[in-house]
Amino acid sequence: MISITTALDWNWDTTWDVLPTLLSTFLKVTLLVTVLSTLIAALLGLVIAMTLRLAPKPIAVTVKWIANFIRMTPIVVQLLFAYYAFLSLDGITIGILIFGIHYSTYMSEVYRAGIDAVPQGQWEATTALSMSTRRTWTAVIIPQALRATIPALGNYAVSMFKDTPFLLVIGVVEMVNAGLIFGGNTYRYIEPLTLVGIIFLLASYPTSLLIGRLEKRLAFNT
Amino acid sequence: MIEFRDIEKSYGDHLVLHELNFSVAKGDRVTLIGPSGSGKTTILRLVMTLEEATDGYIFIDGQPLTHEERGGKRVARSKKDQKDIRKRIGMVFQQFNLFPNMSVLENIIEAPVHVLGQSKAEATTRAMELLEKVGLADKAEQHPTSLSGGQQQRVAIARALALDPEILLLDEVTSALDPEIVGEVLGILRNIAETTDITMLIVTHEMQFARDVSNRVLMFDGGKIVEEAPPSVMFSDPKHQRTKDFLHAVLGDAEGTIGTH
Amino acid sequence: MDEKLAALVEAMPRLLDGISVTVQLTVLGGLAAFALSVALGLAATHPSKAARIPARIIIEFFRGTSLVVQLFWLFYVMPLLGVDMHPLVVGVLALGLNYGAYGAEVVRGSINSVATGQWEATTALSMGSFQRMRRVIFPQAWALMIPSLNNLLIHLMKGTAIVSFITIADFTYHLDQLKRVTDTVFSYGVIGLLSYFVIALILTFIMNALERRAKRRLGQGITLKSVLSPAPATATPGGGA
Repeated sequence: MISITTALDWNWDTTWDVLPTLLSTFLKVTLLVTVLSTLIAALLGLVIAMTLRLAPKPIAVTVKWIANFIRMTPIVVQLLFAYYAFLSLDGITIGILIFGIHYSTYMSEVYRAGIDAVPQGQWEATTALSMSTRRTWTAVIIPQALRATIPALGNYAVSMFKDTPFLLVIGVVEMVNAGLIFGGNTYRYIEPLTLVGIIFLLASYPTSLLIGRLEKRLAFNT
Repeated sequence: MIEFRDIEKSYGDHLVLHELNFSVAKGDRVTLIGPSGSGKTTILRLVMTLEEATDGYIFIDGQPLTHEERGGKRVARSKKDQKDIRKRIGMVFQQFNLFPNMSVLENIIEAPVHVLGQSKAEATTRAMELLEKVGLADKAEQHPTSLSGGQQQRVAIARALALDPEILLLDEVTSALDPEIVGEVLGILRNIAETTDITMLIVTHEMQFARDVSNRVLMFDGGKIVEEAPPSVMFSDPKHQRTKDFLHAVLGDAEGTIGTH
Repeated sequence: MDEKLAALVEAMPRLLDGISVTVQLTVLGGLAAFALSVALGLAATHPSKAARIPARIIIEFFRGTSLVVQLFWLFYVMPLLGVDMHPLVVGVLALGLNYGAYGAEVVRGSINSVATGQWEATTALSMGSFQRMRRVIFPQAWALMIPSLNNLLIHLMKGTAIVSFITIADFTYHLDQLKRVTDTVFSYGVIGLLSYFVIALILTFIMNALERRAKRRLGQGITLKSVLSPAPATATPGGGA
């Protein structure tokens, strides 16, 4: 370890200087955006999935192509577009909205797969019991579909977390940007950028492991 | 030809085979019968090295297959040694397991060319003979998935024979087939049994086939051999109550026996 | 509107240059990622721990540390270690490493999804491990992995839009120039997003054709609808956008 840090010309003073800034942006920006965007994506994704299933065909097809369009174009360009188009909103707000919308298109696919996985017999049972569409969805289909989708939604939340540095294109000071600003001022890039990588790894890897375990447990219980 | 010595096989706490000892002579056609879960298929899989015994030894022509005793210890043989012996053994599976990324002909010549090092021309000539034998010469260029189950199994038989095995393992080869095409596959196997001296180890639920083809029948239950007899005796006059019950259940007739042809 | 069109016509050569850079990054990054995916994916399914453990560490490291961090680390820190690379090389390397790690999981999963009976048949035919992988298992796994690899390729293409921050004049960089002489909606919205969408559709079309070919080789049919559909055949959680 010592030899590696020497080769990298690692400076521990710089490390302690920059670490508090990075950790505070981690909490105030990176986590905040991840959590709020995940909520938006999870809700909007469900709305999209249900629209695709329930809405009249022309509407469903239109929504599908809009979702494809959002999913297949760069979040960086979407951020820039929204940032300049809605100048009254600040970068973080734009970031939360765009991340939420972008990832809702992925999450809608997860819900769709979950809804498709509910056995045909369940639908037939709701018909046999003359349940309303509303009850069918809220009491039978969604609860069953949701269970299987939780791990996949979690995985998308983790990948959204790792995508938050894209926010720097609209000037949001998230962790990478904070590191770059520190580097620009001090000409020390090794410590901040390496630390940012380590923080990402330390936060995302255990989360992924937990999601993997949850996935196994849910798979066993069904 | 094949010798099982003190074979034990367990999955976790579940003991599948217990103190199994028996030998198969060259040219023997041995059918293993018994209720499902009695360990019959496991025996074939052990011989094919698809699974390893928990304890004990298997010998092929006196040579240890996967493990040998050295200095009083049970040690695994080298992968290369295992592979050399394995080449003498062929297997036909319940689910055929043809390679879907290759044509029928390619399936058959794959091992002769890439394992035995035969020339493509040589392997193709032999493959066409085998396809002729199983009645599918006109399907050589087709995709396995375009064939019926019975046809796929016939290709799988040709594929196994292409390695010129001394031992052929048949693992419930008709269980995945529709009843009306079981006959065509069994007919081919009967023909192979009559025209070659390949040693065969057979797991099947087709008692008539077992009777026609094999010279020995072993009844398994609970991981042990409960009875052994020639088919004429086993199917008409079983000694053990377990055998009687089993034959009664699978044959469904009052005596639990089948007639001779 | 005429003014915008005039500005667009004037900016066209530079925009096309930018698209060319974006496509180059996508193709080269995609090839690098694919090579790494196969190498790491095979190592991760290898029976020997000596191959599996290093592969797992590399996969988790590059999946876990974020594309943007890797990009800037290679750009700012490597020169300090005496390794000076052209920014395009840095871009291709970061994209290749990050998406290669994701791809390795796809390759690993697909190899493990090939039916057990196929593995057993190769043993029954005494095939060696190399022959087994090259001639039987990989060709079948390949058909399984294409839809997920396509998703990753689209992610990678979207990921290229960040490279103007390491001084590469890609399509997004030139969109910013266009915005200065026109407006946001026209440059980023109409020209930018639509062009990226067309690129993504073309990539998907190519990958679907590859999948169709791979499945045909396995004797499986594939419908025209699935060829034309831009939606992912399977959701691949865990890919970066």
